[in-house]
Amino acid sequence: MFKKNNVPLDTQITVLAALKNGSAMVALSAVIWGWGCLVRKQFAKAALFLAAEAAIIYYMITSGVERLSKLITLGDMEQQKIWNEEKSIFEYVDGDRSLTILLYGIVTLAIVICAVLLIRASVKCAYQAECLYKRGKTVPSFRREVRDLLDQKLHISLLALPILGVLVFTILPLLFMTSMAFTNYSVLDNKLVLFDWVGLDNFKRMVDLNSSLGQTFWSVLSWTLVWAVVATFSNYILGMLLALLINWKEVRSKKFWRFCFVLTVAVPHFVTLLIIRQMLQPTGAINVLLQNMGLIDSPLPFFTETTWSRVTVILINIWVSVPYVLLQITGILQNIPQELYESAKVDGAGPVVTFYKITLPYMLFVTTPYLITSFTGNINNFNTIFLTSEGLPRAVESTAGSTDLLITWLYKLTIDNQYYDVGAVIGIMTFVTLSVVSLLTFRYSGSYKNEEAFR
Amino acid sequence: MNNKAKQPPKPLRKRVAVWLAHGLLAVLAFIWLIPIFWVVLTSFRGTQGSYSSTFFPTVYSLRNYVKLFTDFSVFNFSQMLLNTVIIAVANCLLSTFFVVSVAYTLSRLRFRSRKRLMSIAMIINLFPGFMSMIANYYIFKMLGWTNGPMLRVAMIAVYAGGAGVGYHIAKGFFDTIPIALDEAAMLDGATRWQVLRHIIMPLSKPIIVYTLLTSFAGPFKDFMLAKVLCGPNKDYYTVAVGMYQMLEQEYIDQWFCAFAAAAVIISIPIAALFLATQKYYSVGVSGAVKG
Repeated sequence: MFKKNNVPLDTQITVLAALKNGSAMVALSAVIWGWGCLVRKQFAKAALFLAAEAAIIYYMITSGVERLSKLITLGDMEQQKIWNEEKSIFEYVDGDRSLTILLYGIVTLAIVICAVLLIRASVKCAYQAECLYKRGKTVPSFRREVRDLLDQKLHISLLALPILGVLVFTILPLLFMTSMAFTNYSVLDNKLVLFDWVGLDNFKRMVDLNSSLGQTFWSVLSWTLVWAVVATFSNYILGMLLALLINWKEVRSKKFWRFCFVLTVAVPHFVTLLIIRQMLQPTGAINVLLQNMGLIDSPLPFFTETTWSRVTVILINIWVSVPYVLLQITGILQNIPQELYESAKVDGAGPVVTFYKITLPYMLFVTTPYLITSFTGNINNFNTIFLTSEGLPRAVESTAGSTDLLITWLYKLTIDNQYYDVGAVIGIMTFVTLSVVSLLTFRYSGSYKNEEAFR
Repeated sequence: MNNKAKQPPKPLRKRVAVWLAHGLLAVLAFIWLIPIFWVVLTSFRGTQGSYSSTFFPTVYSLRNYVKLFTDFSVFNFSQMLLNTVIIAVANCLLSTFFVVSVAYTLSRLRFRSRKRLMSIAMIINLFPGFMSMIANYYIFKMLGWTNGPMLRVAMIAVYAGGAGVGYHIAKGFFDTIPIALDEAAMLDGATRWQVLRHIIMPLSKPIIVYTLLTSFAGPFKDFMLAKVLCGPNKDYYTVAVGMYQMLEQEYIDQWFCAFAAAAVIISIPIAALFLATQKYYSVGVSGAVKG
């Protein structure tokens, strides 16, 4: 689909080749950015490069270098009281704040990476201009290169802002949080203002079965995995059965039945979850109803006993998620090519054989990625736990309850208890768990490999 | 599938099976609808308190709805609605722009780092969203954005900023438009921008509408982010946080029925949006499978 172009695209040039084959001008472009462009009379481009270089050098001299060096110790000066002779009062001098130092340090590192990328761009650009010049071709004007951003390089224009958004609001925060896992930023030992790097200590404490933190971690992790497996498959199987039932050709008014279930998806989840929590309280609607009917003497311990609580949240999750699965699987059922069924009929296959040989394989192929995303979603299922059981029941000395998932424990550790270092470790552990489970499956599932098989 | 023509009488076993199927569906539908039904009833309940001894209210009244919009002593529901709408509008414009740009680029343009970008997006999606959210909270706190009007900017930034990685459903849609259209246009000398502007965009109205509507509904449905960022700033609560607070121990007696009324008020437009976008949803999910 590419038009064959005589101009070498700068994506085809490697920096090493440029430095090896290019003249001294190209090498000089690594030091004075845009020099190569300037020589070939691409003035606007050269000006942009030089301006960027000037800005970065100015930043590094005024604050960047200092910020990077502080990153090593994360600051060690506490707030100090200094006697002011003239006014004869104590004046407070601000001490270092490790969190600020950490953030600015990471931002400065990002700027350094930017500088490296710009050096590469400058060298490539110089080499490309030089190649064109040597072959006697005209070097593209600035205007033409800008116009190219809407054609050959449209992907750059379209992706620039979204990627910037992801970098600033997702990747930078993730790096920031990840780096906290290697510090002792925590309410323990009063490390909220000044904290230090501690290496892998937090991770060691976390996996150590003899510490109380380790014990909590392993029990929360195993419950999280059990929860994710049970929740994913119970939803998938029940949703599929329900979809097949409604899709059965003898069932009347399919639209009405579907509407009944879809309505519960349409209502915001936090609303339904809060309502269910209210209904299941010891004095909630269900218990009151059952007691009035004389079926039970005392309220059922929906959220107060470990096993009850765990079964309850799984049932609630089924209630919340099965309609979703129903929606998706109905769409897939209707997408199965009808020719498959017709030829099966011609070959004399009954309904059971058709299901096992056509419906199920097709659905498994199409929904494998869905199963993985659903598994991921369940590991990170904050709302269902936080808005219903709140992780309860919880032993007094522990920070996590017996229905707490890693993600709700992370919330409690950071927002409620200010154990930021441990919280960051939990975040990383969640990521590791998810990666191990899903990355492999994703890469080897058929639909990732044959991305364009259906075009 | 629905054959309306007269059919020969079915054998008894089959008739029983059909009856059982309908009976089972009726029971399931009842289980799924009863909490919703109960909320609607509670929102019209005339007596206060977080529970009542009867399923159907003894007194019906509209005062819970009136209370929401007149009693500002603890919760200012109109303010919450306004906050949510402001954030939702900004979020839906920004997110849609981001999502559609990314989805279009990854689906229809071919460039060297395309696969790598998709892998990076997949890795980012494996991090719990909550983790970057907490870090964002620290950052905004340092910048002083967690108090006062900048809180809105912070919330919009967090909702929309990283929206680009959630491109899968829209990409699934773009993947289904035949690539031959682009090729034909480019043979005729169209630039890639012209292809996007004059050929693909007119065909993509459904997915644009879908993305607009779902991202508009986002802030109405989200609880976690708003709860973390708002903290105790009552003036900037979104409806989700505000309604969660209504069920706190100290308010629940006075506010439970009002909560039910609020639930009804929020659910009607969100449910309407959802039902409107539903058909794209299933298309998108099965389409997203293709990469």
